[in-house]
Amino acid sequence: MSQQDNSRQDDLVRLSAAEMADKIRNKQVSSRELVEAELKVIESAEPSIQAFLHISKDEALAQADAFDKKHASGDTEGLPELAGVPIAIKDMIVTKGIETTAASKILEGWVPPYDATVITKIKAAGMPILGKTNLDEFAQGSSTEHSAYTTTHNPWDTERVPGGSGGGSASAVASFEAPVALGTDTGGSIRQPGALTGTVGVKPTYGGVSRFGAIAMASSLDQIGPVSRTVLDAALLHELIGGYDEHDSTSIPKPLPSIVKAAREGQKMDLKGVKVGLIKEISGEGFQPGVQARFDEALKALQNMGAEVVEVSCPHLSYALGAYYIIMPSEVSSNLARYDGMRYGLRVMPPTGTDQTAANMMAATREAGFGDEVKRRIILGTYALSAGYYDAWYGSAQKVRTLIIRDYENAFKQCDVLVSPTSPSTAFKFGEKMDDPLTMYLEDVATIPANLAGVPAMSIPAGLSDDGLPVGFQFFAPQMRDDLMYKPAAALEAALDQARGGPMLQSLKTPWLESLAK
Amino acid sequence: MADTLMKFADAVKKYDPVFGLEVHVELSTNTKLFCPAHIEFGGEPNSQLTPVSLGLPGSLPVVNKTAIDYAVKLGLALHCDIAEWSQFARKNYFYPDMPRNYQISQYDKPLNGNGYLDVELDDGEIFRVPIERAHVEDDAGKNTHVGGADGRIEGADHSLCDYNRAGVPLIEIVTKPVEGAGARAAEIAGAYVRTIRDIVRALNISHARMEQGNMRADVNISLRKTQQDPLGTRSETKNVNSFKGIEKTLVYEIRRQAAILDKGGEILQETRHWDESTQTTAGGRVKSDANDYRYFPDPDLVMVHVTKSHIEELAAHMPEMPRERRARLKAEWKFSDLEMRDAVNAGALDLIEETVKAGTDAAGARKWWMGELSRIANEQGVSLEELSITPHNVADVQNMVTTGKLNDKLAKQTVAGVLAGEGTPAEVVAKHGYQVVSDDGALESAVVEALDKNPDVAEKLRSGNMKPMGAIIGAVMRATHGQADAKAISKIVIQKVRQG
Amino acid sequence: MMWIMPTFTREEIEHLGDLARIALTDEEVTRMQGQLNVIADAIAKVQEVASDDIPPTANPVPLEAYMRPDVAVTPLTQEQALADAPATEDGMFVAPRIMGEE
Ligand SMILES: [Mg+2]
Ligand SMILES: [Zn+2]
Repeated sequence: MSQQDNSRQDDLVRLSAAEMADKIRNKQVSSRELVEAELKVIESAEPSIQAFLHISKDEALAQADAFDKKHASGDTEGLPELAGVPIAIKDMIVTKGIETTAASKILEGWVPPYDATVITKIKAAGMPILGKTNLDEFAQGSSTEHSAYTTTHNPWDTERVPGGSGGGSASAVASFEAPVALGTDTGGSIRQPGALTGTVGVKPTYGGVSRFGAIAMASSLDQIGPVSRTVLDAALLHELIGGYDEHDSTSIPKPLPSIVKAAREGQKMDLKGVKVGLIKEISGEGFQPGVQARFDEALKALQNMGAEVVEVSCPHLSYALGAYYIIMPSEVSSNLARYDGMRYGLRVMPPTGTDQTAANMMAATREAGFGDEVKRRIILGTYALSAGYYDAWYGSAQKVRTLIIRDYENAFKQCDVLVSPTSPSTAFKFGEKMDDPLTMYLEDVATIPANLAGVPAMSIPAGLSDDGLPVGFQFFAPQMRDDLMYKPAAALEAALDQARGGPMLQSLKTPWLESLAK
Repeated sequence: MADTLMKFADAVKKYDPVFGLEVHVELSTNTKLFCPAHIEFGGEPNSQLTPVSLGLPGSLPVVNKTAIDYAVKLGLALHCDIAEWSQFARKNYFYPDMPRNYQISQYDKPLNGNGYLDVELDDGEIFRVPIERAHVEDDAGKNTHVGGADGRIEGADHSLCDYNRAGVPLIEIVTKPVEGAGARAAEIAGAYVRTIRDIVRALNISHARMEQGNMRADVNISLRKTQQDPLGTRSETKNVNSFKGIEKTLVYEIRRQAAILDKGGEILQETRHWDESTQTTAGGRVKSDANDYRYFPDPDLVMVHVTKSHIEELAAHMPEMPRERRARLKAEWKFSDLEMRDAVNAGALDLIEETVKAGTDAAGARKWWMGELSRIANEQGVSLEELSITPHNVADVQNMVTTGKLNDKLAKQTVAGVLAGEGTPAEVVAKHGYQVVSDDGALESAVVEALDKNPDVAEKLRSGNMKPMGAIIGAVMRATHGQADAKAISKIVIQKVRQG
Repeated sequence: MMWIMPTFTREEIEHLGDLARIALTDEEVTRMQGQLNVIADAIAKVQEVASDDIPPTANPVPLEAYMRPDVAVTPLTQEQALADAPATEDGMFVAPRIMGEE
C-alpha cells in the first residue's frame, strides 16, 4: 500500500468521496486500493445489509487499473474531481455488459448492450462500478421490500427498512460499502431512503440529468441523482452526471449554475441574505414528534447562520398525492408494456388448457414476472387512461400539476429555498406497511410535490430521532437553480457536524467494519 | 359463409355511399423517426435496430428533423394548416410486432390539419377530397407466419418477428367523410390514392412503392338512404396495399352493405380485411378491447415546434405538383386528353419527359414509349422503367428515324438490339450495318425489276388502282434486305406507273 | 366536467387485466378490489380543483423538442438484438400463434 501505514482500511472507506479523490490526486492511494477496500467491506457487510443485487468485482478492478495506469502516466488532466473513486449504481440504470434487472423477475438475466448516458460519464471519469444496488421492483415502493430478489436492511437497525425505492444505494453508502451511489427519484426514491439511512440524496431539476438509460418508471417524474455521505460529494457527483444530452428529449439544453461552487460557499456557514421558506402544508400533523423536533432545530441552525425564515403556503400540495397516484401509474402502465416475453427477459407460456397464443403468453408472463405493487399500479394506470375516465382522472391530475407548479413559483417569489421534513417517520419495521398500500404511499407525501413540479430537492441528515434513527431535512429550489439549495444544505451540514462533533454517520455501529479491522 | 351481395349498379341507385380513407405513407428518410437506425428495404432481419427501435429498457425517442420537414411539405401540398406546436402521443395496445407495445403517434395536436386534395378523374372532372389531418407516427415491425397455409396468420403455428421496420416514419393522411361520390366512389378513392403517390414522389419524401408496403390504406365506408340522412354505421377495411385492392374493397363493401340494409339488417361496426385471393373482405378477428388505446401525451417527448419562418422556407422550395405539371406538359407536348391520360396511367410521363429532354420531339417519344416499348414491357411483364433502355437511347433512335437514317423496321430492330444488351443505338446500327438505301438509282432499278416480275400488279397500278402497292414495296424491301425507306419506294413506284 | 368516483368491480378489474395483458388470479382480483377502492377514494379529489380554465401540464419543465439530424449510427448487431430473446428462429424473434383457436 502506498498510503501511510497507520491508515487502516476501515478509515479509508470512511472517507468522503472528495477526500478519497484528494488522496488519489496526491498519489497516497490508488483507485485499485479503494476498490479492493470497498469490495472487502461489501463482502463483510452484505450478509447483514444486502444492498447489492450484483457485485461487478472484475469490471470494477479492471476499471480501477485502467484509471491508475492513466493516472500514473499523467494523463488524467481535465477529468472530473471524483476521478478514480468507486461508485455503486441503482439497478434501475442500464449498464452495458452488467446484468440489469430493475429488481424484477421479468428482467432476470438481462445484460444490456448499451450504457446509460450517466454510466458513459461515470466510465469516462474513471469511476469504477462496484455493482448494482437493490430497489423496489421497477422503483415502485418506499421500503425496498418490493424487490423480487432480496430485502435490504437499514444499517442503523437491521430489523428495519432502508426506505425506498433506492434502499440499496442508500444502505450501501450508509454502511460504507461505497462512498457514493446513483439513484433514481420519481416520487422520493432517492430522498426518502436518504432520510431513513442518514445519507444525502438529491433529486435534480427535471431535465438536469439525462434519463437515457434510466429504466423508465414514470417518464415525466423520473430523475437520476446522487447518493452520498456529504453535501459536497453529492454536488461533485451531481455536476459530473448532469448536463444536456441529445439522447433525452426532456434534457435541458443549457448549462446550469455550478452547484459545486455553491456547496463550497455553503461550507463557510454564512447564510446572510438567504431567505428560507417554511412550507406550511408539509409539517406538523402526520409527522413523528422526533422528526418534527430535529426539523425545528435544524431550522434554528439555519437562522443562527443568518438565514431569514418565512412561512409560505402552497395550498394545492394537499392534492399532490392524488395527482401523483394518477400520473405515475398511468405512465407506469405504458412504460412497462414492453415487458411481454417477446424480446428479452422472462417468458412464461400459458397454463395447459389455455389457448397457447401470443396474447395469453404475454398475460402469463406479466402475471408471473411482476410483483403485487407493480401489478396494482399498472391496473390503476390502465384505468386512469381508459376512455371515459381520462378527462376526469388523468386530465384533472395534469391540471393539479399546473396548480402545484404555480404554488412553487409563487413561493419562490418570497424566498430562495423551501424546506420541510423529508419523511413523516423514521425507518419502520419490515412488513409494517406491506399490506396497506395507501399508508406506504403516504411515506412520500413530502417528497412527491418536487417531482410533480420538476423542481430540485434534496435530503440531508438532520440528526437522530428519539428512537435513535436518522431524520431527513429537505430543501427545494426553483427549477434549474439546484445551486440555490446546495449552499444552505452545505451550511446546515457543517453546523450540525460542528454541534455534534462530527458527521452523524460516524456514530453508526458498524460491526462489519470492526471485523475487517481485526 | 359467403356474403350476399347486391349488384353494384342497384346498390348505388338505392344508397348513397360515404367513404373515408386513412393512407399510411412510409417516408424515405435515411434513419427512423425516433432513432438513428438506418432504414433499408430487405436487409437481414433485426439488423437495423438501436436500443430505441428494439424498445430496450431505458431507451428514449428523439425526433428526426428530416421526417418532420417531409411531413410539413406533404401538409403544404395537401393545403393543410400546419401546427407550429404539435405533440406526440402514445397509442397503447399489445401486439407482437410492437417493440414497446405502444405506437408513438399524434392525437389531439397533429402536425397537419384541415386540408384538401383535388383529384382529377378519367373524364377530366375534378373532385375535391376533404382532409381531416396528416399526422406523423412510427411503423411497427413485420410478422411472418409459419406453419399455416401460404403464410397466413389463420392456422399458423407461430410467427417470426423482424423489427427492422419498427420505427420507420409514417404519415397517416386521414380524409374527412367523402360525400357526394355516388357511383364514382371507387374511382375517386383510387384516383385519390394515386394522386397522393404522385405527390409524395414529386416531393421526393417516399419511395411510394405499394408492393413494398411503402403505402397502405384503411378503407372506411358506410351507406345511407339519401344525402340528407346522417352517416350510417361504417366498416373499416385495414391495410389494403394496392390501388386495385382499394377500389375493389369499396365496390365489394358497397355491395355487401347494400344487401344487408336492403333486408332490413344492421351493419356491424367492425374491422375487416381485404383478401386478394378470394376478392372479398372478411371481418371478425379483432378483439373487443382493441379500441381503448388509452392515448396520452408521450412523456418522453416534448412539444415539436416548427417555426412560421421554417414553414415559409419549406413552402418556398416546393416542387411543381403533379396536376400542374401534367397540365403544363400536356400543353407543351400538344397531347390530346386521351394521349395524356394513357401516358399517365402507363407511368410513362417521366420517361417521355426525359426522352424529350434528351433532344427529340414529344410525339416521337410518346410513340415509342406507348407503342413498341409498352408492347415489349407488357410481354415481359415488367414496368416501362424496368426495361433496359434509357430515354436517351430512345431519343437517339427516334432522331435517326426523323433524319431518315433508319426506317421504322430498322428502328425497331435497333431498339431490340439495345434491349438485348448490344450497346447504344449507334453501336447496334454499326454492328448490324443497318442503313436505309437512299441511292435513288439502286432503288429505281429494284422497282423496275419488281414491276417487271409482277405484270398483273403493274397493270393495276397503271390503271390507278393503288391497292397492291404493298406487294411492290415488299418485293423491293426483300431485294434491298429491308434497308429501304418505304416512303421513298412508293414515291418511285408512282413516278414509274405514271410514266407509263 | 363530470365528477367520477369509481368503484372497482371485479368485472372492471378483470377487464383492466385484459387490457394490460396480466392474467390476474381470482385471489388477486379480490385483493386488488379492496385496495384500489381505498386508493381511489384518496385520489379522486383531484377533480375538486381541476377547473376548465387551468391548462394541463404534461411535462414540468417547458421545453421544445430537439430535432436530430437524419444521420445513421452503427446499429446493434443481429446477435446483440437477439441476445436475450426467449426464443429465436432464422434471425427473428419467435411469437406464439397470434390467432386464437376459437
Ligand atoms: Mg388508422
Ligand atoms: Zn396510423
